[in-house]
Amino acid sequence: MIFYTLGTQLPFDRMTKAVDDWCEATGRADVFGQISRPGRDGYRPKRYNWVERLAPDAFNETFAAAELIVAHAGMGSILSALSGGKLIVVMPRLARYGEHRNDHQRATAKQFANRAGIMTAADEKELPYVLDRALRVAPQWRGDYVPPFAESRLIDAIRKEIVGASG
Amino acid sequence: MLTVSKRAEINVFPKSGFPKDGAFVGAPRVLAIASAGGHWIQLNRLRPAWDGCETTYVTTDEGLRGAAMADAAARGQPQPGFHAIPDANRDRTFSLILQLMAILRIMLRGRPDVVISTGASPGYFALRLGRLLGAKTVWVDSAANAEELSLSGRRAGPHARIWLTQWPHLAGREGKDRGPSFEGSVI
Repeated sequence: MIFYTLGTQLPFDRMTKAVDDWCEATGRADVFGQISRPGRDGYRPKRYNWVERLAPDAFNETFAAAELIVAHAGMGSILSALSGGKLIVVMPRLARYGEHRNDHQRATAKQFANRAGIMTAADEKELPYVLDRALRVAPQWRGDYVPPFAESRLIDAIRKEIVGASG
Repeated sequence: MLTVSKRAEINVFPKSGFPKDGAFVGAPRVLAIASAGGHWIQLNRLRPAWDGCETTYVTTDEGLRGAAMADAAARGQPQPGFHAIPDANRDRTFSLILQLMAILRIMLRGRPDVVISTGASPGYFALRLGRLLGAKTVWVDSAANAEELSLSGRRAGPHARIWLTQWPHLAGREGKDRGPSFEGSVI
């Protein structure tokens, strides 16, 4: 199963449709999407099952069961994939299409592009090729160990302030 | 987890309120707050920073309560408080007001010593209120903002006692004012 997830706040029709087109072209029938609210005129996938939103527990189960994660270039998706040892394909939302307020997802995609386990597609044209490539890698992908917590330097800096805080 | 010797260093009585099971006497009351999604996931990667404290979590999804409680139990931490607040959207002013009111209520009841957030609007509100209420404030800007600080971070940062970015190239001055420091990232 391929889990396509967008977070819960905003739809992303360009990507949702690109995944649908890819399903059509490849005959892939086991994609499941959490696509946020498509709105009245928004794109509704025809080739895969989807919901607007999964509750956190169901989300975690689906995430854990997936052989590949496909997502917008959001930190939540990227961190969940890294810590869960999942291969992830991300595509950034762009402000010029009204997909987000600014282009920070493009910056995120760029910053994480060289990290093992993260594959980036710049746009809907690249996405099908990246998906094909990811599926070839996915069966062997085991993931690097990612600690459950932040860098200890960051935790220590914050803890130092907190522990001196009461009274 | 704080050791016994550290308890002695923080040898003060709780100011008021409700010491929760297992928190050491005089442990700071920490309000850890972020909207659900990426901000919440990043906040959770900082948890050891407030281990042993009297912690209250606030986020925009009630469905996250179970995991927060289970994690504290699994790691031998005091049982934290948890509050779900209304989600908000910058473009819907009314949702922001509802969210602000919910946070104000939680903070007036809980009187945190420390407010920490990774974003976005809930963190901004909590930091502003925290400063008014005399709490220490900590802002860790989301790693999603690799080229410029987040909007909520630019607004909240000047009210934070500790203002951190997760990207070294964003540390330093922000306009003509002081800017965030870099002390590493959540990943």
